[in-house]
Amino acid sequence: MQYTEIMVRYGELSTKGKNKRNFIDRLGTNVRNSLRGFDDLVVKANRDRMHINLNGDDSELVMQRLSQVFGIQNFSPAIRVEQDLDAVKETAVAMVSEQFVKGTTFKVNTRRSDHDFELDTNEMNDELGGWILDHVPGITVKMKQPDIILRVEVRANGIFLSSETRQGAGGLPVGTAGKGMLMLSGGIDSPVAGYLGMKRGVSMEMVHFFSPPYTSEQALAKAKELTVKLTPYVGTIQFIEVPFTEIQEQIKHDVPEPYLMTITRRFMLRLTEKIAELRGGLAIFNGESLGQVASQTLESMVAINDVTTMPIIRPVVSMDKNEIIDVAKKIDTFDLSIKPFEDCCTIFAPPAPKTKPRLDRSREFEARLDIDGLIERALAGVKVTKIHIGEEYLNENSSLFAELL
Amino acid sequence: MIYFDNSATTKIAPEVLDTYNKVSEQVWGNPSSLNNLGEVAHNLLEQSRQQIASLLNVLEDEILFTGSGTEGDNWVIKGTAMAKMSHGKHLITTTVEHPAVMNTMAQLEQLGFEVTYLPVDDEGRINVEDLKAALRSDTILVSVMAVNNEIGTVQPLVEIGNVLKDYPTVHFHVDAVQAIGKGVQEAFMSDRVDFVTFSGHKFHAPRGVGFIYSKRGRHIEPLLTGGGQEHNLRSGTENVPAIAGMSKALRLLLENETEMVTKQKTVKEVVFNHINEFGKITTFSKMQSNFAPHILCFAIEGVRGESIVHAFESEGIYISTTSACSSKKNQASGTLLAMNVPEALAKSAVRISFDENNTLEEAKEFNRVFDILYHKFEKINSK
Repeated sequence: MQYTEIMVRYGELSTKGKNKRNFIDRLGTNVRNSLRGFDDLVVKANRDRMHINLNGDDSELVMQRLSQVFGIQNFSPAIRVEQDLDAVKETAVAMVSEQFVKGTTFKVNTRRSDHDFELDTNEMNDELGGWILDHVPGITVKMKQPDIILRVEVRANGIFLSSETRQGAGGLPVGTAGKGMLMLSGGIDSPVAGYLGMKRGVSMEMVHFFSPPYTSEQALAKAKELTVKLTPYVGTIQFIEVPFTEIQEQIKHDVPEPYLMTITRRFMLRLTEKIAELRGGLAIFNGESLGQVASQTLESMVAINDVTTMPIIRPVVSMDKNEIIDVAKKIDTFDLSIKPFEDCCTIFAPPAPKTKPRLDRSREFEARLDIDGLIERALAGVKVTKIHIGEEYLNENSSLFAELL
Repeated sequence: MIYFDNSATTKIAPEVLDTYNKVSEQVWGNPSSLNNLGEVAHNLLEQSRQQIASLLNVLEDEILFTGSGTEGDNWVIKGTAMAKMSHGKHLITTTVEHPAVMNTMAQLEQLGFEVTYLPVDDEGRINVEDLKAALRSDTILVSVMAVNNEIGTVQPLVEIGNVLKDYPTVHFHVDAVQAIGKGVQEAFMSDRVDFVTFSGHKFHAPRGVGFIYSKRGRHIEPLLTGGGQEHNLRSGTENVPAIAGMSKALRLLLENETEMVTKQKTVKEVVFNHINEFGKITTFSKMQSNFAPHILCFAIEGVRGESIVHAFESEGIYISTTSACSSKKNQASGTLLAMNVPEALAKSAVRISFDENNTLEEAKEFNRVFDILYHKFEKINSK
């Protein structure tokens, strides 16, 4: 069915008191960003609801995008027809028929803001209800909890019909909860952590460590492509790549093997904190889940957290691997995450990392390194890329190929 | 030259040849290699797959590449037999299938499988009641072609699918080699269909490449084992230039399908109406919608098909006895015999088959030549 408009109902943000205007403005911006490429539609973010006038854009595609924007409780596609009873009847039958299966029940629910229209609310309900009964064979009327509620709104600028409500993504509009830095590897967990942070309104920037030539261009491209998968929720995401080769080589050279991982993570955290400070980030997000791998123990967290006072938020900390995978599949990062490119964590991974590293020992081993110099040089090589919805990194030739195909 | 033998093969499209050449020259890495050349080839392979999947409105991993339509038919039938032989050893097909299906079934019979061949009516079409009667608890596969390659009959695939909804474990295979781009996609890609065979060179792609649709959740055993390509289901280094070319050819084919089908139907109708005016002509193909728009099979009573083909050839018009595969064996058409057409008449049958590039002018030229040849044959015949 080709709809002409979509009515969007806000989520929890309507309870947020004074901040409400901010939330609504932000949601409006996010919706417009995620609908970039649809050139004809118009988004109006009003106080109580948002209206999207499609002006001929494809309603199915628009709704697909909308269902990913955080801060939306649900939305209803509608069709506007002229104030002409025959047109209303025809559209109503088409709409109800599309959802009709054997045994379906319905009712008509009319609201009227234009009181000059020829029929009043009850007359409209009767007239349309009777028409549908006659023209959709087998359908019956039910007042309490029918399968289909056909909502009809008579307004001065036309009559709006809708019969369907789709679930939104819930959560809070991204950007209303400040900015966070996500430590993005190429694995399954970190994109999920990023997604969950964004769901609670955090505007997320990706921090990715790469160590050429030990890690490949493809591993970097994969991290960028994972970022692309998170863009539908916001439109664009900043991707920050941090050169990590020198630090990893030094650690490998100077630190005893069981502590390689701990010291490496301490450096990553230091760098992420510095980048956050430079870019106005308030917290660090990562994909650590308790006990999942040997290094993700509470002892390990103690030894690593030591280098920063910035809040470290671990959205998946208490989730089982299978639960994380379910989310990864839902947000379509799973298939990408399991592509076999070495990242900087796997390449230098010691055979037996310390599961219970000691804080004092960590500090002691690290003191052998030129911490400030290493950090400074890594920061000097940082590169920031703005990643947009729909971009391709793993298959850079895709548009070239598209011409061939 | 007028080429009316498009069901045998089609001429490769210039744009497709261009893609084939460019890919051969520039993207020649092995898609399985880890290095960048391999990665680029892998990406092109997957993008080609994506494009085909979206053109057919299916999932990417439901498209698997093969070397030909014959391979596709062999694979689905034998692959099903191997995967499901512990459940049963009974297969059902029709009496009018392409030899790629017929001879594969025969081979399985030698191995102890049992095959039911459903009869057809005088239009070459099976009756679903016969299918209902043939289905058994040990049936593992129903294989029915979408469009008959000799006379163009469209089989009642939707009705077959409806019957098979009560037999959810039976694999439903459709050979759509002659059907792609001919306006019957809804039938051969309907919900209940599990496997579909396609061949590239029937729609202006290069030789030596095809693909199958294999519904997610359905499993067949591989015929070619080895390096694990195509999700470990069809080993062998992928023919990337031909696959990319085929993906392009499919896009070109399906872009204006409705328009092109109408065009072929018009060309067919001009010839159909003309030759039907002659007394000794029998047309086996019909004009109605349960016949493909591009195949016209007819016989001139008393004249061998081979003579008709060569007579037209000497006038620069290329047609064929009923199918390229059986034409050199001097056999009567299997489809016509299955329709109970007398053998003498079946041996007089020829097939003309169009593509979207054939024109009304060509049809009129065919008719002009036909008149001359018909009268010539009449002289021979009357003696």
